[in-house]
Amino acid sequence: MTATISIATPAHSTGTSSQNDTSSALRFITCGSVDDGKSTLIGRLLVDSRSVLQDQLANVSKSGEADLALFTDGLSAEREQGITIDVAYRYFATPTRKFIIGDAPGHEQYTRNMVTAASSAHAAVVLVDATKLKWNVDGMVDLLPQTRRHSLLVNLLRVPGIIFAVNKLDALGDDATAAFAKISEALQAFAKQAGINVTATIPMSALKGHNVVESTPGWCGYQGPSLLALLETLPVTAAETDVPFAFPVQWVEKFHNSADTSQGRRVFWGRVATGTVHVGDTVSIHPSGQTAVVAQVVNHARVPGSIAAGHGAGITLDREVDVSRGDWLLAQVTPAADPDDEFADTPKPRAFAEATREIKATVAWMDDEPLVAGRVYLALHGHRWIKAKVKRIVHSLDINTLQEHDATEIAPNAIGHIELALQEAITAVPYAQSRVLGSLILVDTASHKTSGALLLS
Amino acid sequence: MNAMTEPTHFDRLSNQHLDALEEETIFILREVAAAFERPALLFSGGKDSLVMLKCAEKAFGVGRIPYPLLMIDTGHNFHEVTDFRDFRAKELGAELIVRSVEDSMARGTVRLAHPGESRNVHQSVTLLEAIDEFRFDALIGGARRDEEKARAKERIFSHRDSFGQWQPKAQRPELWTLFNTRLQPGEHFRVFPISNWTELDVWQYIEREKIALPSLYYTHKRDVVERKGLLVPVTELTPPKEGETIESRDVRFRTVGDITCTCPVESLAATAADIVIETLAADVSERGATRMDDKTSEASMEKRKKDGYF
Repeated sequence: MTATISIATPAHSTGTSSQNDTSSALRFITCGSVDDGKSTLIGRLLVDSRSVLQDQLANVSKSGEADLALFTDGLSAEREQGITIDVAYRYFATPTRKFIIGDAPGHEQYTRNMVTAASSAHAAVVLVDATKLKWNVDGMVDLLPQTRRHSLLVNLLRVPGIIFAVNKLDALGDDATAAFAKISEALQAFAKQAGINVTATIPMSALKGHNVVESTPGWCGYQGPSLLALLETLPVTAAETDVPFAFPVQWVEKFHNSADTSQGRRVFWGRVATGTVHVGDTVSIHPSGQTAVVAQVVNHARVPGSIAAGHGAGITLDREVDVSRGDWLLAQVTPAADPDDEFADTPKPRAFAEATREIKATVAWMDDEPLVAGRVYLALHGHRWIKAKVKRIVHSLDINTLQEHDATEIAPNAIGHIELALQEAITAVPYAQSRVLGSLILVDTASHKTSGALLLS
Repeated sequence: MNAMTEPTHFDRLSNQHLDALEEETIFILREVAAAFERPALLFSGGKDSLVMLKCAEKAFGVGRIPYPLLMIDTGHNFHEVTDFRDFRAKELGAELIVRSVEDSMARGTVRLAHPGESRNVHQSVTLLEAIDEFRFDALIGGARRDEEKARAKERIFSHRDSFGQWQPKAQRPELWTLFNTRLQPGEHFRVFPISNWTELDVWQYIEREKIALPSLYYTHKRDVVERKGLLVPVTELTPPKEGETIESRDVRFRTVGDITCTCPVESLAATAADIVIETLAADVSERGATRMDDKTSEASMEKRKKDGYF
């Protein structure tokens, strides 16, 4: 075998690839409580898409029958206790798409693990166990708290595709069709009330394989695609291109001795958070406030071109300015742009609000110690570390209903609203507008644990 | 839809997702360069580390990889692999540090139960000694979450305590791409930039990028014996047992590691494209087909990782 070396360029340049395409890997999470059949569903997806190999199948088979649920519990402590402790990531592919499953446990520590898995997900499959539902006097279905909780959490984190998978309908026999209709109705009513945009509601039997990989037309009166067929067509999270350009500087590359030093400039690498960057754009540098013009833009693999939100970029500026890791390059909006001009053909880009040292946020608390007012944490915003002091706990949220309650602390795995004072100002944008600019983590100054996730209000 | 195991569907197999995987890997490689003071990239000369090195070459440019390459040598490596490792490091202008298990044995920090014992597990000791010697604060590794169930649970930035231990129940939540890289003195991180790649992705990428590999990965004639369903290569370190018949077979390695615990599979695949097709049709996992040491217990990898193994 001869080892020929080549410095190949990629066949596909990614810098300007279209958004909402289905060629990218889809990251989705599965939610549901312990016995809703989550592990069985994942096992079914893997087995029926032939992503499980013989030796792995043999490991979970007892007397020839594979226990689908056993694929997903990887740690010995989990097998001992029969519960899932942490998020596991699974992979499978069909001829058209690669999938990454974030398998979040439904058991204790649900909030911490759900938030971890949901923060990078493009879709969430919320399992509803049809056999556990109770019918109230009006003949309506009462949804389980877990269904509400998981749906509200993934919606809070802005996971765009939410699919209700109504499982175990095979166990209801002849009543399955009527039950599915009632459960769908209850789910639609809940989603409408909570402002959740539901992608689909699918009747399913993970155990028997109905509507998981293969569709079962007409079963429970459902004619739509199987779960997998639906997942194959879902768009990945839409990049935030409708917000002005923002770019957190991850790494500064200095050209010391290279042939490229003709310009003697540094390249600022990172991932575009919002908007698009083009050569010739004027940017302001936060926090120094200096301005410069973009001289060159390359993609993550050093191919020139404009780069849109979600993709890696290397940016060179037209002049020597002080920029370091943690700084942000932000769109500089020309004074001519009038945000109030309603009659313009295309909405004019709006500038970012003034940087601020006072922020309000929803916090998902992950530390074992409760969050109390007065403590100082390290906060990470983009690639910038700043000190953050918890000024006030506004209230805690009931995760089942998202109702607000007065509180003096936020308990482990709870969610609440807080106010913080920052040591240095940040360009804050609500999480509802930008996942990158609107999110921070809090790190304990003593233990260095990741203690909380902040979604800016 | 589920016919991906049929080679006839190979022409429809998309490799568009490789762009996103490559982009994520480069993002992580740069994050390590920026966030740590003394990182190193573990480089064995195997396919996963060669894929990482290709991404590092794109991230930083030839001659610019801002961290040394570190190899923990068991002394039981295939010379084709170590030769290739040296060649590739030189070609990229990267600094290569090799620390060997045999030195740890000479120091007395590694004791073998018996002379023929696999040295694979003892790499952990030598690795932790190297971390101590160079005060590395981050080690980049080519592990993939699809390899094994304990790996499927591991974060991309995986915190290790001052004993080099992984604590699966106390992992730091990993939110968005806000990586918490804060350390106490003596602790370090293991960082896995190709966590989200599968064996198939790796081969598709090798094919697309024309990445050169050690010849062992492609078909060749080799003397082997069949043992417990595996093909065991006949070497000085792994002689045939009594009653075993030596056969010359067409084989390739899916993974190359310590000679004493790495087995080839029967194959005529001569190119990366051939291997992509073979991987699509494979019905045994990479570890199931090739590793003698993982079968001892379901939890063997988890135990070893807790002890500081990569």
